[in-house]
Amino acid sequence: MRRRFRADPVAMGAAVVLVLLLVTAALFFTLRLFQIPFPANPDLTDLAGKLRPPGPDAWLGTDNLGRDVCTRLLHGTYISLMVGVVAVVVAVGIGVVVGAVSGYAGGWVDNVLMRIVDAMMCFPSFFLILTVVALLGPSLFNVILVMGLVGWTGSARLVRAEFLSLRESEYVRAARALGQSHLGIVFRHIFPNAAGPIFVTAVLGVPGAILSEASLSFLGLGVQPPQSTWGNIIADGRTYLLDAWWLILFPGVAILITALSFYLVGDGLRRAAQTKRERE
Amino acid sequence: MNEPNVIEVENLGVRFESESGVVDAVRGVSLRIGKGETLALVGESGSGKSVTALALTRLLPEPPAKFVSGRILVGGEDVLKMSRAQLRAVRGGRIAYVFQEPSTSLNPVFNIRSQIGEAIRLHRPEVKDVDAEIIRWLDRVGIPDPAQRLRSYPHELSGGMQQRAMIAMALSCNPDLLVADEPTTALDVTTQAQILEQIQRLRREIGMAVLLITHNFGIVKGVADRVAVMFRGRIVEQGETARVLAEPQHPYTRALIACIPRLGTNQRRLPVIDHEALAAEG
Repeated sequence: MRRRFRADPVAMGAAVVLVLLLVTAALFFTLRLFQIPFPANPDLTDLAGKLRPPGPDAWLGTDNLGRDVCTRLLHGTYISLMVGVVAVVVAVGIGVVVGAVSGYAGGWVDNVLMRIVDAMMCFPSFFLILTVVALLGPSLFNVILVMGLVGWTGSARLVRAEFLSLRESEYVRAARALGQSHLGIVFRHIFPNAAGPIFVTAVLGVPGAILSEASLSFLGLGVQPPQSTWGNIIADGRTYLLDAWWLILFPGVAILITALSFYLVGDGLRRAAQTKRERE
Repeated sequence: MNEPNVIEVENLGVRFESESGVVDAVRGVSLRIGKGETLALVGESGSGKSVTALALTRLLPEPPAKFVSGRILVGGEDVLKMSRAQLRAVRGGRIAYVFQEPSTSLNPVFNIRSQIGEAIRLHRPEVKDVDAEIIRWLDRVGIPDPAQRLRSYPHELSGGMQQRAMIAMALSCNPDLLVADEPTTALDVTTQAQILEQIQRLRREIGMAVLLITHNFGIVKGVADRVAVMFRGRIVEQGETARVLAEPQHPYTRALIACIPRLGTNQRRLPVIDHEALAAEG
């Protein structure tokens, strides 16, 4: 599988971009932690130099308060990635537990849990997130938590389906015949065989979470200023759209590249994990 | 009968209840297997022999399966009344299974070492050097170069080697009874013979009993001490292998024996068993 992934130029390219993004995020997170203003303080205002177009002084221009867009983008990277990854980890974590219980137990437990999933899926998830964030108050922690609590249904269904089919497999029967306990069967025999598809959906779920965070921030319900995120740079810049295109374009491109590379990596993993018969 | 029986099944009845109907898969089956004895349970697909085998340690999914009558005594205790923990100790520990399809009975993501090691750790926690024990069993079931095989994954082994690994896994817990459910059906004829011979040799060495489940009367002959013939959920005939083969009493047994292909005869077609007629008769 690793060999097939490496032979896939698109997925490998996207993986390289992802690694660069992760390095950037880690770097600027550390800088922020130690309050090192590199390349400059992202929150430093300069009203005399506001709304400057991209040029040698400010590579990607400045915003309405004269803050350097490039610096703010770099410092916003870790927020976007962190929100995307942590929200997905929370969501998939809940989904795995619910799906595993549902698929392994079957019967009425399965029925009850799946009706809950159905009910959750009836709500348009973005509006659900909006409502809850509005009620709890916008903050980075709340955004991540709510996206996790809302986004688990898809992975719960997937995990349930995997468990349903693996539960009936011969090696699970053999493990039962060997006197293995239910927990032993779930953790030792079923989960490792279901881990591949679970990981792939998790990776494919990250771009959606990043876009949700950007949308929430754009609507003012995401991460609050002055902390810069890609979403709220766009949100702040929308008033100046006609005069200062760079305020919208660059964060938009950053979101696009990130979401796209997660998607391409996830898709590459999915294809690499397929068996020969499934590919044909 | 001086030796105590490894297992005694009395009047066992298993019913499957589902929305589409009720099926009595096992109806009043009684059998006993003595220490070190090989009993062959013979019958066609759907005759209830696999259900009987799985019922011995309650491996059937309940529901839809339901025990409607009987008891299963293992070491004087009724399996049907055991707690989950007791059941787990019986499964693998006293009664071990080898299934039909070795390629799917081994978990594809684990190597041989961790699968057999799992069995040993579950039932023989006192074993210190698990690796050495695994190697000893791999060697005993006739896997060449066992130390090298520890790190092999199931897909790297041939069907015969996979089945040997399954047998090693089953025997590594020192069971009193090995239930072999069509252990050679998925294998080619040469390997079949080797595996059966291996099971017999190990049975003699270890002194365990074997319940061999098969639809093939041909392999019963050299292997089983006694034969029980199952038809439509009932045991219709039971007795010493030689006697049953020589003088089958029940028409179904006669029909099954007639289905063994023989070399050197001019038989052009094997007979077909007429179920309707047999069911009407008995």
